[in-house]
Amino acid sequence: MRTLAFDVAHLLAGGMLVLSFVLLYQDRISATLNIFALQAIVLSMSVAWQALIQDAPHLLATAAIALVVKGIVIPTALHRIVRRLGIHREIEVVVGAGPTMLMGLGLVALSILLVLPVGDKISILAREDLAFALAVILLGLLMMITRHNAVTQIVGFMSLENGLILAASGAKGMPLVVEFTVAFSILIAFIVFGVFVFRIRERFDTVDVGALDRFRGERRDQP
Amino acid sequence: MAVILDFAAQAAQMFLVLAIAPLVLGITRKVKARALRRVGAPIWQPYSDLWKLLHKEAVIAHNASWIYRAAPYLIFAVTWVGAALVPTYASNLMFSWSADLIALVALLATGRFALALAGMDVGTSFGGIGSSREMMIASLAEPAMLLVVFTVALIAGTTLLSAIAEAFASGQHGLRVSLALALGAFILLAIAENARIPIDNPSTHLELTMVHEAMVLEYSGRHLAMIEAAAALKLVLYFSLLSCLFFPFGMATADKSLAALGLGLLAYLGKIGVLAVLLPIGETAVAKMRVFRYPIFLGGAFAAGALAVFLLFVSRSF
Repeated sequence: MRTLAFDVAHLLAGGMLVLSFVLLYQDRISATLNIFALQAIVLSMSVAWQALIQDAPHLLATAAIALVVKGIVIPTALHRIVRRLGIHREIEVVVGAGPTMLMGLGLVALSILLVLPVGDKISILAREDLAFALAVILLGLLMMITRHNAVTQIVGFMSLENGLILAASGAKGMPLVVEFTVAFSILIAFIVFGVFVFRIRERFDTVDVGALDRFRGERRDQP
Repeated sequence: MAVILDFAAQAAQMFLVLAIAPLVLGITRKVKARALRRVGAPIWQPYSDLWKLLHKEAVIAHNASWIYRAAPYLIFAVTWVGAALVPTYASNLMFSWSADLIALVALLATGRFALALAGMDVGTSFGGIGSSREMMIASLAEPAMLLVVFTVALIAGTTLLSAIAEAFASGQHGLRVSLALALGAFILLAIAENARIPIDNPSTHLELTMVHEAMVLEYSGRHLAMIEAAAALKLVLYFSLLSCLFFPFGMATADKSLAALGLGLLAYLGKIGVLAVLLPIGETAVAKMRVFRYPIFLGGAFAAGALAVFLLFVSRSF
């Protein structure tokens, strides 16, 4: 049962999870973008490995999309945005790195506990991929919650989407059209985000989304 | 006859670690000096230092109690026992039944407790601050260390060091993310426990940053020699533990012929040598951390250890 196929898949998916934690922990913006690119590359390797062991060549297309779009295009574009905003050397104060890490560990435990009851009904490989993918998704959400900077929030969202692709690649028989749609929508979302970040900066002279709170009009303490 | 041979093998290991400990320290200091473009002291310098200290008069503060005098010997004994128990060149030596990972952690904790007590005994403010910081590091490092122990023990199915080394040397456990994570956590912990940069600087006496040196500031003569020797032994202990848990290759396991033992010895010395060179290079590449950043550093080790245990659970077949 413990074969090379399983071990490599375990290694790659586990690597993605570890990189999610590094994303959560990293406070330099440029480094965050690099790690995000690395995560996308590991994702594409993981998907390519799934294509090999499941004998499903269309997954190779998914891997290529992940590599090109999320490993190269989006990080490069984000690097450019960050440079143009002049925040590429900025160190973001991550609120409570310790509690955030503990919360992240809790989320990983939660996703494993959620997937375990499935038991032996699906293959151990698919079950494991599912657990890791769920953890990556939850960690991406956590990153979106804990960050104040709009750019790192985008990175959180994109890493969440990495988790979705990982989950999809583990399940057999996902049609190619879905992959293309997801990749396309991610690109669109990215363009929207990009425009949005510049609008925020224009309006508030900062990309700290905390500045937006004052204008929400739903806080009771500031009528 | 067999008993005598077994005993000889165990005794050889005991004296081997004691003999090479100052040399390992000397190599790390030399490599570090070279990395900083200094010539540095010869690698035999720690032996001379210990010899000198052993022949000097010990100056003891008036208000020092027996704890102050007993602590150096206790620390040295505990560390030596720990270092002698970790399998170095061969597994399954005479006392390997007692070389349990958790027992080892407890031994080291005992030594640290004695050191912290000794730091506070004379009542100087430096000793107190050193002890307080040491205890902070310990309280953060020990949970992470136990998680590393759990990871290794869950994979190998035992906490006996000899059995773990044999199981990993056989290569039956394959490629594991958990082990890589445990290795990462262990390296962070070893850096913290051995008072190396970025947690502590072993060669400074700058009072703002020192931890280990602050506790031993009052010691002199033979007491200081014991403490310095214990620090060197602790470094060798962590190096041996690293090579025994994660790289047990070349170790003499079932075959106890002279050739296998010789090969194991060479492999062990080679591994220790590589680690003694890598450590100062890594140290030169990073800057010393602020004290308030220690929890983040050791929290990283804890997270890696916890993740390693979680990943083990997800890949287990039920």
